[in-house]
Amino acid sequence: MREASSSAGTTGGDVLTLTAEGLYCPAGGFHIDPVRPVERALVTHGHADHARPGNGAVMASRETLDIMAIRYGEDFTGTRQEAVPGEAIRIGDVSVSFHPAGHVLGSMQVKIETAKGTRVVVSGDYKRQADPTCAPFEPLACDVFVTEATFGLPVFRHPPVAEEIGKLLKSLSLFDGRTHLVGAYSLGKAQRVIAELRAAGYERTIYLHGALERLCSYYQAQGIDLGTLEPVGRRAKELAGEIVLCPPGQLADRWARRFGDPVTAVASGWVRVRARARQRGAELPLVISDHADWDDLRETVAETGAGEIWVTHGAEEALVHWCRQQGLAARPLNLIGYGDEGDAAEPAGNVEAADRAAGIGSTT
Amino acid sequence: MQRFAALLDRLSFEPRRSAKLALMTDYFRSETDPARGLALAALTGGLSFRHAKPAMLRALVAERVDPHLFELSYDFVGDLSETIALIWPAAAGEETAAPDLPEVVERLQQAGRGEAPGMIAGWLDALDETGRWALLKLVTGGLRVGVSARLAKTAVAALGSLQPDDIEQVWHGLSPPYYGLFAWALGEGEQPQTDDPVPFRPAMLAHPLEARDMEVLDTADFAAEWKWDGIRVQAAVSAGRDGRLRRRLYSRTGDDISGAFPDLVETLDFDAALDGELLVVIDGKVQSFNALQQRLNRKTVPAKMMRELPAAIRAYDLLALGGEDLRERPFRERRAMLEEFLKQLDHPRIDLSPLVPSPDWAALTRAREAPADHHEGEDAAAIEGLMLKRWDAPYVSGRPKGQWYKWKRDPFRVDAVLMYAQRGHGKRSSYYSDYTFGVWREGEEGAELVPVGKAYFGFTDEELLEIDRFVRQNTINRFGPVREVRHEPQTGLVIEVAFEGLNRSTRHKSGVAMRFPRVARLRWDKPPAEADRIEALLALLPQDEATAIR
Ligand SMILES: [Zn+2]
Ligand SMILES: [Zn+2]
Repeated sequence: MREASSSAGTTGGDVLTLTAEGLYCPAGGFHIDPVRPVERALVTHGHADHARPGNGAVMASRETLDIMAIRYGEDFTGTRQEAVPGEAIRIGDVSVSFHPAGHVLGSMQVKIETAKGTRVVVSGDYKRQADPTCAPFEPLACDVFVTEATFGLPVFRHPPVAEEIGKLLKSLSLFDGRTHLVGAYSLGKAQRVIAELRAAGYERTIYLHGALERLCSYYQAQGIDLGTLEPVGRRAKELAGEIVLCPPGQLADRWARRFGDPVTAVASGWVRVRARARQRGAELPLVISDHADWDDLRETVAETGAGEIWVTHGAEEALVHWCRQQGLAARPLNLIGYGDEGDAAEPAGNVEAADRAAGIGSTT
Repeated sequence: MQRFAALLDRLSFEPRRSAKLALMTDYFRSETDPARGLALAALTGGLSFRHAKPAMLRALVAERVDPHLFELSYDFVGDLSETIALIWPAAAGEETAAPDLPEVVERLQQAGRGEAPGMIAGWLDALDETGRWALLKLVTGGLRVGVSARLAKTAVAALGSLQPDDIEQVWHGLSPPYYGLFAWALGEGEQPQTDDPVPFRPAMLAHPLEARDMEVLDTADFAAEWKWDGIRVQAAVSAGRDGRLRRRLYSRTGDDISGAFPDLVETLDFDAALDGELLVVIDGKVQSFNALQQRLNRKTVPAKMMRELPAAIRAYDLLALGGEDLRERPFRERRAMLEEFLKQLDHPRIDLSPLVPSPDWAALTRAREAPADHHEGEDAAAIEGLMLKRWDAPYVSGRPKGQWYKWKRDPFRVDAVLMYAQRGHGKRSSYYSDYTFGVWREGEEGAELVPVGKAYFGFTDEELLEIDRFVRQNTINRFGPVREVRHEPQTGLVIEVAFEGLNRSTRHKSGVAMRFPRVARLRWDKPPAEADRIEALLALLPQDEATAIR
């Protein structure tokens, strides 16, 4: 909080301030990803810690608006406005544009340009790895870059996704009599795992826990090919040797017991660390993340050309330290509330609670 | 190395004992000599590398990674080897081939102090994350993949039709890479001739006595004896084929601990194998466990310590005599032979553990609750409870049903306040799972908390998460891996601690040390002000405790 509480004296501080609701742009009169209801919200993507119901007005990408309506009902906001990627519009005294973040379907970065020409980019959550289910991250030149740092420690270097998918397929051939239960978040991760399995040539029906159905259907309706999907429904032992996806919280739930002795896989960046993987009950950790890893965070910071870096969302200290070593002005935002409520559509298990306590975001 | 790394990786995530066994057996079957034997040595703790110490590894990584970033990463990951494996930067230049297990073991064992760091750095460059992790686990000797030495030997036995105890019997005469053992297990060779006249005989263990046992068991079928608060040992002494006397002291799990007790071992002149309790005895009086503890886990023992804390054996059982294996005989016979043997031996440092009269459960209950009234010596304080042994039971390794029972005294309990927490190891390495707790005492500025012990087990996984969250949200100070948490009269966490006994201690600020403290319950309902005071603990101390220590 020490630096976050005062915003004077920095370039970014002229454009954005910190309030109890989150990042606020006084010149535009809007919040970005507010954690409490506000009059006017710009929302980067549909994960529950970024997109919350009850605001007066929401501006977001078409997909994010759809996803919020699916999750919270059509009345999730007073009024809504669709942001067209790359198109600048004026809000109050600033110009605002949305640009793909590569995190999940519809995820955007928010770019703000002031009358004086100061450019601030709020990244939201983002990744640089290829993802067949969403538009790729678009690097934006700016003066101030507000970056997430969920995996902002040098121990996090995500391996190629194909390698991890290969581990799952190899286990499936080795233990062909056991159901392979894959824990994956309902928005983004689940669809990405399915799309990558298809890309690896896996053509069998993939079975879904009920909590994943609506968003998978939405992705398919948006033209993303996920192959044949079916709800698990009342099926149990007959799914031996098949792949079943469910929210991570369900892995340890009674629901999972129907499969007898399944192989429990967890698709998450956190399972790179063994203690975290074990705590999640992973017997087959799949290091697949929708966030930038350490190398990509540093590369992106450098690519924006920004002289001032604000770090939020996760392991802020390490990235701030690195930025300062590069001669960049950097500050941790210590924002509260991101990753705090978990993903509202899926029960937050104890693991998320532990990560939250550790001060680390809990979305994938 | 890659196959071994893959095995360790799978083992570390596999909770099922049967699957762990299957994984190891499959590895032993499909891997060739000498790699599989070296893997077995690693899994049973039989490999050590002098030059690969954590400090050296830290120095290696310090040359490549910013120290602050390393510390932040280490704090998150919690395990040094794993942190280094994950953070190790990709090597510049050409890729080199990954080393195999025999190459690593052989080269590192022959390496001089100066060569080891460069060797390890080169291998780290050539391996991937999992390979680096396995290499570091291997060279630092802490595999921690949830495999006991016993389980690894069981996996070898499962290669063919051997029993794990068949392997235990010959184990101490074998050495890596165990060519003969694998041939025998696979049915391709004879039982290895070990030349070991003093093998470890796998120990017989007891079940805890439960209330319903008392309803169905007849005390007349059992011998009752005291359970002494030392460590269970086996003293095996015999002449080899060359006529030279071999003497060996084993722990309950078959570790050779002779080196820590030369004062005792050198006086063993007989041809027999004894099962008994190792104790420190001064002027005929058994000392507290605390005294014995100072002598454990030592490679060498100062003469002064041997003089001041002399070790002795209180014998329970006789397993072999004059080259004859007695284990098939009933306890009644073995006990009679033991009594006769000790009378003949008349050894100043070996005595007989007395039987407790057991006419009925009422008498045994009284004895267990007040050993002082039922035992003539001053040793009652060193009694942990009672053992019940079926008179007609043979000596069977492991924990056979219905043969032996242990009936411990109820634990003591105290309400203490959490003061410090430290990250755990292995599965718990990124959670705060080692707790230092204190009780109130009168300080110069009024009531203050003084640490009285540490506990790192007894809680459920859920409680671990609750405490971990409490620690992270209530940290007031950090000292490396240790966090100080709020412990004020109205704010803090009260833990009900169970423990087996109390000793006076000069090493602890409070002046007392607990035996086997563990978390019995979390008292979220209780404000720290209502936790216990030091006086409640001091009242539990034996009257003349102070004389027992140094
Ligand atoms: Zn997100
Ligand atoms: Zn997020």
